[in-house]
This record gives sequence, structure tokens and C-alpha cells, in this order.
Amino acid sequence: MSNIATDNPTNFLTEQEIAEIESEISHLPNRPSAAIDALKIVQSYRGWISDGSLNAIAELIDMSAGELDGVATFYNLIYRQPVGEKVILYCDSVSCWLMDGDVVCEKIKQKLNIDYGETTADNKYTLLPVTCLGDCDHAPAMMVGDELHHDLTIDNIEEHLS
Amino acid sequence: MSDKPLTKNIIGFDGHTDLARYESLGGYAAVRKTIGRTDPDAVLELLKDANLRGRGGAGFPTGMKWSFVPKKEGNGHRYLVANADEMEPGTFKDRLLMEKDPHQLIEGMILSAYTISADVGYIFIRGEYHVAIARLQEAINAASASGLLGEHILDSEFSFRLHVHVSAGRYICGEETALLNSLEGKRAIPRAKPPFPQVSGLWGRPTIVNNVETLCNVTHIVANGADWFKSLGLGVDGGTKLFGASGRVARPGCWELPMGTPIREILEEHAGGMAEGYQLKGFLPGGASTDFLTPDHLDVPMEYDTVMQAGSRMGTGTMIILDDHSCAVGMIANLEKFFARESCGFCTPCREGLPWVQEVLDRIEAGNGELDDIKVLERQSQFIGAIGNTHCAHAPGAMEPLASGLKYFRDEFITHIEGKACPYQREV
Repeated sequence: MSNIATDNPTNFLTEQEIAEIESEISHLPNRPSAAIDALKIVQSYRGWISDGSLNAIAELIDMSAGELDGVATFYNLIYRQPVGEKVILYCDSVSCWLMDGDVVCEKIKQKLNIDYGETTADNKYTLLPVTCLGDCDHAPAMMVGDELHHDLTIDNIEEHLS
Repeated sequence: MSDKPLTKNIIGFDGHTDLARYESLGGYAAVRKTIGRTDPDAVLELLKDANLRGRGGAGFPTGMKWSFVPKKEGNGHRYLVANADEMEPGTFKDRLLMEKDPHQLIEGMILSAYTISADVGYIFIRGEYHVAIARLQEAINAASASGLLGEHILDSEFSFRLHVHVSAGRYICGEETALLNSLEGKRAIPRAKPPFPQVSGLWGRPTIVNNVETLCNVTHIVANGADWFKSLGLGVDGGTKLFGASGRVARPGCWELPMGTPIREILEEHAGGMAEGYQLKGFLPGGASTDFLTPDHLDVPMEYDTVMQAGSRMGTGTMIILDDHSCAVGMIANLEKFFARESCGFCTPCREGLPWVQEVLDRIEAGNGELDDIKVLERQSQFIGAIGNTHCAHAPGAMEPLASGLKYFRDEFITHIEGKACPYQREV
């Protein structure tokens, strides 16, 4: 982890990022309560949370970097490693499993030549498992970026990833 | 008065209901007749009389939950939180309500906040629900611009500011005290109780957490009365419920039906029976953390007490169907992998016990199990399945499908072990 002293948040974070984080803090009783919001805001611009981002956010919200890392690593939608342009959140829960979701996922892994937790060579996709997406009447389902895709089969999966 | 109050604005309408459409269909009438005009205690009595029970899964009486909030003293904040973290596997009901009719939730929250004198509200919603997040924010903005949210609502003394908090993931956030820690920007580890959130919740202040569907019901109870609500149910419990079915049924879906509708009617009439070529082997009545039931239980009415008497829980009311082409051991292994991954890691029986259970199940499913493994699973299901041995209800919930699966599908476990393979060929 880089040295906190060198990561003055006003140098590291953009004015826009700081403004959005301060806006969240304005309706909270204390600054550290904005931890998750702040991580999400910075990640929305940078794709992931680097050590530099982590230290700068920690400084901005009056929290130790170690404690903030404890928060960041708890949550599966905060990425502490770089991810591809789009993250595929593939539902591996029970309703999708019953509809052969695991079989479809194997096809995705073959097509993209990656396993869970990996990013394609062209940096387009990162594949991650996710808990039930609440779309069980159209199982199997997945998110590609912000978009929900469902009724997946091994035959139609190509069109969902083109 | 509709007999489908929760979905009356949703059924047969392709878009989502905006403020103008919502008000043209009678929306915010309950807020207009109540805020500043009705004593909050009278609303609480109405809720108690209606005997609305929590729709998130536990079925706790909402009026009683609210009555534990202490009388307002001083100017400190009091909070109302909508639990919109729908993440129970097999559950797909709150997303429908939020995407299609967001003002219904907001109106229910205004009325609920008024009743408990809350001045700040949060909708804690999972990060993957992008459409619902956008529509809720749009609805909050529209309601605020019309004086229905914010300072001095409808020129009364009552103020209520409502925010959307977009979560960063993890199933455990659905546990109400873990949710509060997450709202405070911390790791989502459940809190010890007591103190209960009603007394010391968000930032140590009185807080009520209710499920989305529960809060949506409040609007209609205030609008139409307790007797009307009670008359909607077929059995002991009043109101309607969003029921669903997923898996190999002919028409998977989600339907608003009277509380107490028999399981057979939901599966055969609304879900259209099993898909062609499939037979019903068993089902989880209300999400991953409920006990299996079997075709013998089809005539059980779907309400809290009757499903409990049958040996399970109604949970979220969205059923997961196990068909005769699918392996019970494989299904339970999938469920326990999920629970093991989603343990918050705070207490040892859950953090260590669930991966152990998962490992044993994976071994049996792969054909490498031994008969003694069944004893390990039974012992674990009794040990970490007992409330009090773990910090929260996560591991006990995880053991419900395992213990009941061992009871009803024991022959499948033995077939896997003796045959040294899973007998089910997946149809690809």
C-alpha cells in the first residue's frame, strides 16, 4: 500500500468525486458513515478501487485506510482489483441452477476463455458469480454491466455477449 | 376497492406508474387524509387491528414491531428503513413492486414514518437493481416537488426526508441489524440483540426496518381499513401476498393472491402445473432458507402458521420447485455453497461449519461420499441449525433445506454414496 501522506485527497480525487462524496456526507451524521457511498462513487469513475483511491477516500472521510479496506473487501460489488470494461455478474443461485444455469455458465467460460474472477485478454469482460438477481421466472439470468439478461440458453448466449 | 391492492396499478399496464398516473388512480389519498389530520397513535392501532405481518420472511406483526419504538422525546432523529435488499435465492417480488409502482412504496413509507414519528428514511436497495433505483429516485424527486416529501409535508408539522441507499452487495445485508451497520458505512455484521433497533438502531437512534412489500401494504390498510384488509385473506392472516414459483413449472411467475391460497392452486392454476415431461419432487415454499416440502403438502394453505405446522416456513412466499430430473443432493449442495459464501464470518459455527457442510455435500455429489458423511451432515444441521448457537439466523436458515432434505430425500444421498456417482444425467 502506498504512503498515506503522499495521497492528499484533493490531489488524488477529482473535484467531481469529492463533490459527490461531500453531498452524501451532508445527510449523514458523521463522515465515516459515507464509506460505502464514497467507494461506489470513486469506482463509478475509475472502474475499481486502487490503493491510491482507498487512501485518498480514507483521508477524506476521516477513517483509517486499514478500516476502510476492511469495508471495501467485505462487499462483493466493490472491486479492489482492476476489472474489464463490463463485469458479468452471473447468477449461480438455486433457481438458475435448476434451469441449467451452471451448464450455460460453462459455455460462457469456454467462449470467453476465462473462469470466475478472471478478465478476458481484450479487457472487455470480467466474470463473477452473484447471488440471485431476483429474476427467477426468467432463469437463468445475469447482469452484463448495468443490463439484466435472462432466459439464457447455451444456444442464445452468443447474442447476449456480442 | 381492489382485491389485488399491491398490483392493481401493475397488472395489464406495460410501463411504470409515474406520479400523475399514481394520483389519478387514487394514490396519495391515504397520505392526504392522514398527515396532520389523524393522530399517529390511531394509525398504529389500525395497523395492529389489521394484524399485518412482515412480508420479508419472518412474519412478525408490524404493528407490534412499531409499538416498541419509544415515545418521541427531544429533537434527535428517528429512522424508517425499507429493506429492499431482495437477495433471498428464488425471490423476485419486491423488484416488481419497486420497478412498476415506486410511489406505492413511498406512500407506505410516508404513512409509516408519520406513525412512528420518523423524520429520515432510507430505501436500502441492492446494487444490481439499476432500474428500480432509477425509478425510485425519479419518484422521490417528483413527490418532493409536489410537497409529499421533505419539510412540512402538505403544510403540516410533519417532515420526512427520504434517501435511496444503493448497497454494495452481500446477502447478509438483508438481516436488519447487519443492514443498519451497512447503512452506517461499516461491514455488514449483524448486531447483538438487545438492544433492538426500535430502541437503538441506526446511529443509536430509534429505527424501524420493514420489507418493501410490508410497507406497500400500509398504504392500502390506511386507505381502506383493517376490516377490509382482514377480509382479503382466506385463513387467519389478512391481506394478499405476492406468491411466486420458479424452476420447471409451465409458467414461472409472481402473482398477488389472497393470503392462505392453497399451494396446489398456486402451482397448478397460476404456474400452470409442471413443465411438460417433469414431475414435482419437492419444493422450498419461501426462498433458500426454508425447509423442503413435498407433493404431500400441496393442500397446505400459504400462510405463516399453516406452513409452519407443515414443518417449514412461508418465508418470502416465492416457491422454488425441485423436479424429478434434478438431483436433490446437487440442489442442496448449491444452496449450501451459497450460504457458506455469504456468511459474514463473525461467528465460528457459521464461518467454519457452513464450508464444512458444503465440502461434504460436494464430496457426496461427486460420488466420493461415505455413509458416515450423512451423520456429519445431521450433526451439523442440529448444531449450527439451533438458534442460540450462532450469532444470527443465517446458519440456522441454511440448515433448514439441509435437515429437511436429509429427511425427505435420504434415498438420494444413499444412492450417491453406494453408487459412487450422481445418478442424474443433466440434459444439455
